[in-house]
Amino acid sequence: MVAAYKALFNLVVAFFLVLSLEGIGRKITARIQRRIGPPWYQNFIDLFKALSKHPFSNGWIFDFGVLMALGGTMATAMVIPMGSAFWTPFPNSDNFFVIMYLFAVGALGMAMGMVGSGNPWSSIGVSRALTQMLGYELPYLIVISSTIFHYKTASIHKLIEMQRGGWNLLVMPLGGIIAFVSLMGMLGKKPFDIATAPAEIASGPMTELSGKYMGLLHIMHVFAIFVEISLFVDIFLGGGNFGWYLVKFIVVWVLAVMISSVLPRFRIEQMIKFYWGVPLGLAFLNALFVLLGWTL
Amino acid sequence: MKERTIWEQIADSFRSRSIWMLHYCTGCGAMELPPTMTARFDMERFGIAPMATPRQADILLITGYLNTKTLRRVIYTYEQMADPKYVIGFGSCTINGGIYFDSYSTINRLDYYIPVDVYIAGCMPRPEAILEAFNYLMEKIRKGEADGWKRYRENYDWYKQNQIRSLGEVYVHDEFHE
Repeated sequence: MVAAYKALFNLVVAFFLVLSLEGIGRKITARIQRRIGPPWYQNFIDLFKALSKHPFSNGWIFDFGVLMALGGTMATAMVIPMGSAFWTPFPNSDNFFVIMYLFAVGALGMAMGMVGSGNPWSSIGVSRALTQMLGYELPYLIVISSTIFHYKTASIHKLIEMQRGGWNLLVMPLGGIIAFVSLMGMLGKKPFDIATAPAEIASGPMTELSGKYMGLLHIMHVFAIFVEISLFVDIFLGGGNFGWYLVKFIVVWVLAVMISSVLPRFRIEQMIKFYWGVPLGLAFLNALFVLLGWTL
Repeated sequence: MKERTIWEQIADSFRSRSIWMLHYCTGCGAMELPPTMTARFDMERFGIAPMATPRQADILLITGYLNTKTLRRVIYTYEQMADPKYVIGFGSCTINGGIYFDSYSTINRLDYYIPVDVYIAGCMPRPEAILEAFNYLMEKIRKGEADGWKRYRENYDWYKQNQIRSLGEVYVHDEFHE
């Protein structure tokens, strides 16, 4: 029962924290571009407005895909530990691989639903998103594998406990930096927002989404951001109690937003060449260092 | 006008603060939008953001004159948007044809074909006028007076008749679902 309350608390925190942070991110981008920018609660207004509209459906595969994307990502957000063993809803199943498998349900649901809308832009966007996944997951998973090898556990809350002596970012700095570069791709932030490029492919997978569907996918995106940044904070920044966890979460997000607001967009093949070039090479180097025991 | 329920009032106040815009850039009017979006005037502080597709958009901005060829696309675009949807006629050309009033292929009055909620007069309207119009539209939405989408539904036959008179045939083609 306690686990259920904690999982629910995860969802509430994810919803309010990430939606506010998205609004703050828009504000930061605006200040960097010397604008005033929208208020920090703008994304709440956007979300509730989207949910209040009268949408069009594109068949039952489309409906089902949207629900599957939302459900899969919510399930993933429920098992994520928020910084310590106490805030871990399911201590026996917060294994990294469980999270990765659950997370794929959401991504595949989105791909299925959006292709089901039948719009060519959606298909192109989905194929770009899946290609991008192939790009960033390879260096990311190699870094995570070497982390798991180093600490001899794949359970996230045990990884957090292992980092009492020093953050993993300081133990393997190379791996931490590569994981952050991969995180930028996961978040779909500016150099890697190829999948949703509004000027090229009319916002990609979201092309046919109207009203409530847009709102539901926005909520899914909110939970996806929560999962991705939480994993980085837990595995590389050592978690911490709830307050420290929030501080680290906000710092990582603001850093990603600031980097994203000054960069242009890669093309799809440039992105693949980028990820499978230097980051992949450095990830292998990092794995070699870990295997040889050359960690700080 | 019908009395709104409390939920509609709340929804309208949200809608007025978050306007996603699809700009249909036929004419010269599109020229005035970049300064409205960027640092000098910054329309994002009112929650107005450009969107890429008609499905996501709330308002359709017709910037400039329409001829018989582009009007057809405007009607398709308008019918693809999700209710509630609003239209801003931008510049003199959408009101009475502007300087193209006697051209053989130009539509003089946009209001015959799709319902317009707010007009911006001028050739061209400056960003100040555009922001003024957006604020006026936001106020209209908040009060529930921006009911162009309801008028389009109620008087669909009349609008369709006008469209067919000018264009000969209006057929929204759906390749995927047939």
